[in-house]
Amino acid sequence: MSTEKLVVTASPHIRSQDSVPRIMWHVVASLVPVVLAAAWFFGVSALLQIATAVIAAVLTERLTGKGGAIADGSATITGLLLGLTLPAGFPLWMTALGTAFAIIFGKQVWGGLGQNVFNPALVGRAFLQAAFPVAITTWPSPGGGFFALHGDLFAIPLTHPLPNAVTSATPLGLLKFEGKGTAISNLVIGSTGGSLGETAALVILAGGVYLAWRGYLNWRVPVSILATVMALSAIIHFIDATKPGALFMIFSGGLMLGAVYMATDMVTSPITNLGKWVFGVGIGILVVVIRVWGGLPEGVMYAILFMNALTPFINRATQPRVFGTRLVSVT
Amino acid sequence: MMSFATGFRHGVHPPEEKGLTSHVPIRRMPYPDELVLPLRQHAGKPAKVCVKTGDHVERGDVLGEADGFMSVPIHASAAGTVVDVGWWPHPDGSMAESVRIKVDRFAPQVARPRMVPHWEGLTTQQVVKAVQDAGVVGLGGAAFPTHVKLAPPKDHHVHTLIINGAECEPYLTSDHRTMVEYPGRVHFGIRVMMRAMGVLKCVIGVEKNKPDAIEALRRTVPDDLDVAILPLTVKYPQGAEKMLIHAVTGVEVPSGKLPVTVGVVVQNVGSVSAIAEVFETGLPLIERIVTVSGHGLRRPANLIVPVGTKLRDLLAYCDGVTAEAAEVIIGGPMMGQALANLDAPVIKGTTGVVVLEKGETREAAVYPCIHCGRCLDACPVFLNPSLLGDYARTQQYEQMVDLHLSDCMLCGSCAYVCPANIPLSQLFQASKLALRRAQPAVA
Repeated sequence: MSTEKLVVTASPHIRSQDSVPRIMWHVVASLVPVVLAAAWFFGVSALLQIATAVIAAVLTERLTGKGGAIADGSATITGLLLGLTLPAGFPLWMTALGTAFAIIFGKQVWGGLGQNVFNPALVGRAFLQAAFPVAITTWPSPGGGFFALHGDLFAIPLTHPLPNAVTSATPLGLLKFEGKGTAISNLVIGSTGGSLGETAALVILAGGVYLAWRGYLNWRVPVSILATVMALSAIIHFIDATKPGALFMIFSGGLMLGAVYMATDMVTSPITNLGKWVFGVGIGILVVVIRVWGGLPEGVMYAILFMNALTPFINRATQPRVFGTRLVSVT
Repeated sequence: MMSFATGFRHGVHPPEEKGLTSHVPIRRMPYPDELVLPLRQHAGKPAKVCVKTGDHVERGDVLGEADGFMSVPIHASAAGTVVDVGWWPHPDGSMAESVRIKVDRFAPQVARPRMVPHWEGLTTQQVVKAVQDAGVVGLGGAAFPTHVKLAPPKDHHVHTLIINGAECEPYLTSDHRTMVEYPGRVHFGIRVMMRAMGVLKCVIGVEKNKPDAIEALRRTVPDDLDVAILPLTVKYPQGAEKMLIHAVTGVEVPSGKLPVTVGVVVQNVGSVSAIAEVFETGLPLIERIVTVSGHGLRRPANLIVPVGTKLRDLLAYCDGVTAEAAEVIIGGPMMGQALANLDAPVIKGTTGVVVLEKGETREAAVYPCIHCGRCLDACPVFLNPSLLGDYARTQQYEQMVDLHLSDCMLCGSCAYVCPANIPLSQLFQASKLALRRAQPAVA
């Protein structure tokens, strides 16, 4: 210290070890098993799909964001999550377009990381659903060998994909439009039709438990969503047995991925713990309402986006009570 | 009355790092060649200088007189010659009017013959006067004049004296060692305070990570006093006044009010032992126990340091800093002040000096707030630091007032946990300052 080049920072002078990139990359790491599960069921198509989404997300972030923003890992998460919401055979050019849309209109136009109101991955997914309604609901059956290319992955941009022979409806679609059920065991394991990340509920749950244990995910959100969905659907199933039961509801469709990885997005969910309960219960109610009475078989995406929009109001209504402001008379 | 709760909700758990010095006995540091005594070492008005260059002073002589009731005098901490009265770096980072004394190397360093006030014969006013004349201030860091606390407003009844032995700041062990080595002095100071204030009940709150201190205090409790020792949950900021009162009484001090409104007065362990010294030896507050610690320091220690010792001399006495030393902090790492100029002296409110190494400081990239909510879970007074931070950066100070910025005690818990490394405490401190300038009545 003879030269006395001392650091002078404001207090506190120490900080906990966690940082934004560390949180983000932990989320990425916890999604790796989900990606592997998708690859197990849908083969190389799944990997191509997810890789396209991630590369498109990172490239878009690089072109539109501030320097160094890629390192925070948030674009990688958006790419991963969007890729996991797509069917295995979805044309890759559409994937890239949707991911670019997700980064630009889901995040950057709001002011970048931390500023957006809606979950970027779901913004991209909503865009794709509106733009390519047929392609995004063409679900290849799982299996067919690892190197089998599902659907029309390499459709030339701006053309419609060729129809694929081996497709199957999702369990939710089967139930809604054909009145057929699916065995719960198949749902839990994931050997059903559906989007890449829709099928491996247990792997997703394990990732969520890990993140919650590390403190990188607020358990109140998935717990309140899943509990609400289970409770409501159990009641409805009790009244009308043709409606799906509790277990079917939570293990089918995108609910698990949505509850664990999308609704828990810190940026777009309420900041207060009470608000997180409100948020989760709201999503749970909306999911059940859309699935049971709505025109669509699945409603997780719209349920989360809708509650994203309400987040600022939930925050305002659930501010914690400041110490020393309790309305009691003190002796 | 005694609450089952010995902690509070929220708060953080920074690494304690107290093992560096918690077992090191208090030792006396030799007098340095020169002492610097700022006239502003306490909350309230600075002292008025009453010596001039060339004057010879004895140890304990008054250098600056108290300027009103909310002020205390400053005393010479060693015999010597006044070499200058002028501006000098202050440990809060600013410059302050200070008296510089060249220490007489051959002086015996005994104070002039003095009267030791016989406390039992004194009225409350006389005790208050004696404590003020001795320059005693809160030694926990805030340096609030102690005699002011001894004379609470007449319209409030004080039923409990709470002694703060929590010492929740990482690294610091000066209160810990005081309780272990001088428990009798602590109890004597408590006795004087209880008597002066007419309080019949006292609770000493000590964090559970200091079992030897709890044991030492329990062993020495006087039979005739109602003094309880309450082990507290180890958590930062357990030693914050409002948190401590809540742990002891279960009562929340109303927002914007003083502890006396709920019938308690809080005093730091170091301060009560300073009161004890006044009535044991008659000496004013001219030295204090300072923890000098950190991985960037070669020989961490708990030292009795003459007030006015320059940091440079203090660190040199501890064999200096390591090659990796990066930041010198006055006080603890959570609320302390980093300094670039080691000519600044130890003052009455200096609880410790911590030297951090490279990699221990919070120099890192700052990210946008991702609304993770950790700051809300950390804030001991249940504020929304995330939202307050947004307003601070856009200078919307009025909204911050509505969000109870005035209840923020700048404990740093929010900034400590923030993964985005947003300097929340700094923003809030600046906002409070801006509000105070705009509107002296607010914040």
